[in-house]
Amino acid sequence: MVKELLIILISSSLVSNVVLSQFLGLCPFLGVSKKINTAAGMGTAVIFVITLASAVAGGIYKYILTPLDITYLQTIVFILVIAALVQFVEMFLKKFMKSLYQALGVYLPLITTNCAVLGVALTNVQKNYGILEGIVNGFATAVGFTISIVILAGIREKMEYNDIPESFKGMPIVLITAGLMAIAFCGFSGLL
Amino acid sequence: MMRENSAAERLKNGIITENPTFVLMLGMCPTLAVTTSAVNGLGMGLTTMVVLALSNMFISMLRKAIPDKVRIPAFIVVIASFVTVVELLLKAFIPFLYAALGLYIPLIVVNCIILGRAESYASKNGVVSSLFDGIGMGLGFTAALTIIGAVRELIGAGELFGFGLMPESYVPCSIFVLAPGAFFVLAALTAIQNKVKIAGERKGKDMSKIQSGCGGNCMACGEKGCAERRAGGKEEESNG
Repeated sequence: MVKELLIILISSSLVSNVVLSQFLGLCPFLGVSKKINTAAGMGTAVIFVITLASAVAGGIYKYILTPLDITYLQTIVFILVIAALVQFVEMFLKKFMKSLYQALGVYLPLITTNCAVLGVALTNVQKNYGILEGIVNGFATAVGFTISIVILAGIREKMEYNDIPESFKGMPIVLITAGLMAIAFCGFSGLL
Repeated sequence: MMRENSAAERLKNGIITENPTFVLMLGMCPTLAVTTSAVNGLGMGLTTMVVLALSNMFISMLRKAIPDKVRIPAFIVVIASFVTVVELLLKAFIPFLYAALGLYIPLIVVNCIILGRAESYASKNGVVSSLFDGIGMGLGFTAALTIIGAVRELIGAGELFGFGLMPESYVPCSIFVLAPGAFFVLAALTAIQNKVKIAGERKGKDMSKIQSGCGGNCMACGEKGCAERRAGGKEEESNG
C-alpha cells in the first residue's frame, strides 16, 4: 500500500507534471510567476485547495454518486462542489485564521476555475483511486505545480533584464522557458 | 458593411475578427494539450463548438429568468450539462475520439471561451444571434486548433491527417508532438502575434483587440477577469 502511494506521489508530482506534461493550470502558471514569493504563495494555496477538493470530491463520488447510480453527473457535481468549497474555505480562513488568509486570500478566488482542480478530481475517478489514493494524488499533483511555478518564477526573475528580441518580449519568451523546462522534466520519465 | 449581430457578421467575428485563439488567446489549456495531430485538434474544436453553440443558445433563452447575482453558477451548470451530454454521445458514437481526447472533454467546462461568451454575449443578446455567435467562435477555435495540430503533426511526425506528406529523407522532429513542442509552437504563435501588433501600432492602427490571454496577470483567465474584460470592451456598442 505504502509503495503504491509512493509511486502515485512521484509520478504525479514529477513524471507526469500537471503543468509541463498535462497542460492543466496554465493560466496561473504563466500569470502569477513573475516573482518567487507570489509563485510560492500561489503554490501553497493550490496545494491546500487541490488536496481538500480531491478529498471532498472522492467522498462525494463514493458515498453519494455511486450508491445513487448517477456517476454520469460527475462533471456537474464536481465543478459546483469545487466552486462552493473554494468560497467556503475563503470564508473560513477569513473568520478563523487571519494570518493564513492574509497569505493565501488573494490567490483563492483565482483557483475556482483553475482546470487543474477539476482535472485532478476527474483523474482520480478515471483511475479508480480510493479516497486515500485520491488525496495523495491531489497533493502530489499540487506539489508538482508548486515546484514548476517556483522554478519558472526563479528563471523569470533572472531573465528580467536580459536582452530579448522585441517580438519575443513578454509571453513568448516565458513559453519558450516553459518548453525547455518541459524537456528537462521529460528526464524524470525514466524514474519509474 | 454587414449588419451588426446578423448571422454572417457573428460568424465572421468569431472566425476572423475576434478569433478566440489567434486574437484573444483564450482557452490555452486544451489548445496545447490536444493539438498533437490535426485530427485531434479538429475533433476537440468541433466538440467545443457544439457545446458553445448549445450553451449560448440556452443561456440566451434563459437570460431573463436567471437572476443577476447567481448568473455565473447558473451558466456553469448549463455548460456542464451540455458537456456531459456531448461526452456521453462521443463515448457512444465516436469512441476513438473519446479515447484520444480523454480528460480534456469534461474539462471543456472550465474553458474560459465558453463562460466568456455566455457572460459577454449570450446573456445580453437574442437567441438566434447567440447561436451564431457560438458557432462562429467555435469555428474560429476549430480552425485554430486544426492549424496548430497540422503544424505539429507535420513537423513532429511528417504526416498530415495521418497521410505521410514529407519526403522519405525527412527525419521527424518528434519533440513537436511531445509536451515541450506545444510550448514552442505557442511561443512562436504569440511572437508572431506580438509582431503583428507592434507593426500595426507603428502604423497607428487600433490594435487593442489583440490580447495575449493570460498575459499580464492571472485575472485575465479566471472567470471574473475573463468575463469582465470581454464584457467591458464590446458590449456598449452591441447593446446600444
